Amino acid sequence: MPDKHLSSQFDADLNHISARVMELGGLVESQIRSAIDALTHFSPETAEDVLRTETKVNQLEVEIDRDIASVVGRRQPTARDLRLLLAMSKSNANLERAGDEAAKIARMVKSIIEAGATRTLPTHDLRSSAELALGLLRKALDAFARLDVPTAVRILREDDQIDQAFDGFVRKLITYMMEDPRTISAGLDLLFVAKAIERIGDHAKNIAEFIIYIVKGEDVRHTPLAMVESTLG
Amino acid sequence: MTPPAAPTRNAIEVRDLNFYYGKFQGLRNVSLDIAEHRVTAFIGPSGCGKSTLLRTLNRMYSLYPGQRAEGQILLHGENILDPRQDLNLLRARVGMVFQKPTPFPMTIYENIAFGVRLYEKLNQSEMDDRVEWALTKAALWSEVKDKLQQSGLSLSGGQQQRLCIARSVAVKPSVLLLDEPTSALDPISTGKVEELVHELKSDYTIAIVTHNMQQAARCSDYTAYMYLGELVEFGTTEQIFFKPSKTATEDYITGRFG
Repeated sequence: MPDKHLSSQFDADLNHISARVMELGGLVESQIRSAIDALTHFSPETAEDVLRTETKVNQLEVEIDRDIASVVGRRQPTARDLRLLLAMSKSNANLERAGDEAAKIARMVKSIIEAGATRTLPTHDLRSSAELALGLLRKALDAFARLDVPTAVRILREDDQIDQAFDGFVRKLITYMMEDPRTISAGLDLLFVAKAIERIGDHAKNIAEFIIYIVKGEDVRHTPLAMVESTLG
Repeated sequence: MTPPAAPTRNAIEVRDLNFYYGKFQGLRNVSLDIAEHRVTAFIGPSGCGKSTLLRTLNRMYSLYPGQRAEGQILLHGENILDPRQDLNLLRARVGMVFQKPTPFPMTIYENIAFGVRLYEKLNQSEMDDRVEWALTKAALWSEVKDKLQQSGLSLSGGQQQRLCIARSVAVKPSVLLLDEPTSALDPISTGKVEELVHELKSDYTIAIVTHNMQQAARCSDYTAYMYLGELVEFGTTEQIFFKPSKTATEDYITGRFG
């Protein structure tokens, strides 16, 4: 398919929105990065940085949706253009919510620091699954920029690993809390952190699903991975 | 949005249709089915053959020397390209509405009654009923019921076009062919005609040629994309506008080519 529309303004509009979604993605990535750092070093300042970025993320989300609505209204897009715009709007929402999860992690880190319970908890496992989730989101954004379906399918597979890591972590946390009931309060905070990380992985997976939707026109949400793979051949 | 319910049967089946304007071939091996009581839209750039195809469906081209069609067009199973086909009867069964409103220079009443008289003998009250029925079908009755004796040319463009639709409907055809019926109308009149198309399809099979792709998307159940006299892709409107299977179709409907 030729990349260009007869209307170069239409191309410019789509490219502009695409660039802003990527900008939002970059912002959310850095938010998650900071949230992981805040967790690693139990740094209240870094946690504050994450929370400050939220306003900007929210504003960008609203602006992107406004731009998308404007293009839909003025251009009445069809086929691939329509799917692209729908997918960008949904990815926009997923990115903003991934940013919310980073903010949640930052708030939990602050709460753990305030409770003075930083040394007794197994944060190491959590950091590695957080790195995994961040990596997945980065990969999803790269694949989105390149409309890369094979990578999108790999992301669906890798999200399962994050889900499994989450289940494993919950079991471990329960053991800690049973052994020493004084860790229960901070343990619950960590549980929320773990859940937030797992959700970031889900958002990355959703974005990967939208890539398949744009390119193939197949809606693979809520579809078992094996079936997705067989549908795409 | 739900895809159109599966049609019970086809009103028209076009088989290996080739059409010639003298030496120029206007249609190449076109085969498609037009489902009964559904709206089928034909889209494509100028000169792609969509109007030519429409004009074969009631053999409008037979008015012009040097134009000929080869292949088969089965209207409810009967080949209308058969030289023995009675063209007047065919055109009563397959009505046509053109790009520009073409009311006869007669009263509104006579615009409807004129065609009916060619095919049926009705007494005055039966004819009155038929005129009212046709104008009601075309969503025009309430606007003209008090001025049936005024000239059809006194109506607005949108009303004139609905009058032409009423005129086609009045002889109770089974198929209505609409050749860019709204290209000369303002958006409100266009909206009324589109609404009418939606209502008429419960009684008639409708084939519409349009340059306005969004119109095809809005009012048809099936869409055919044509290019250079060939049928490139034919499918449900939902599929054509959301996920066309051919790149050429996608390029056209997304405005990358046209």
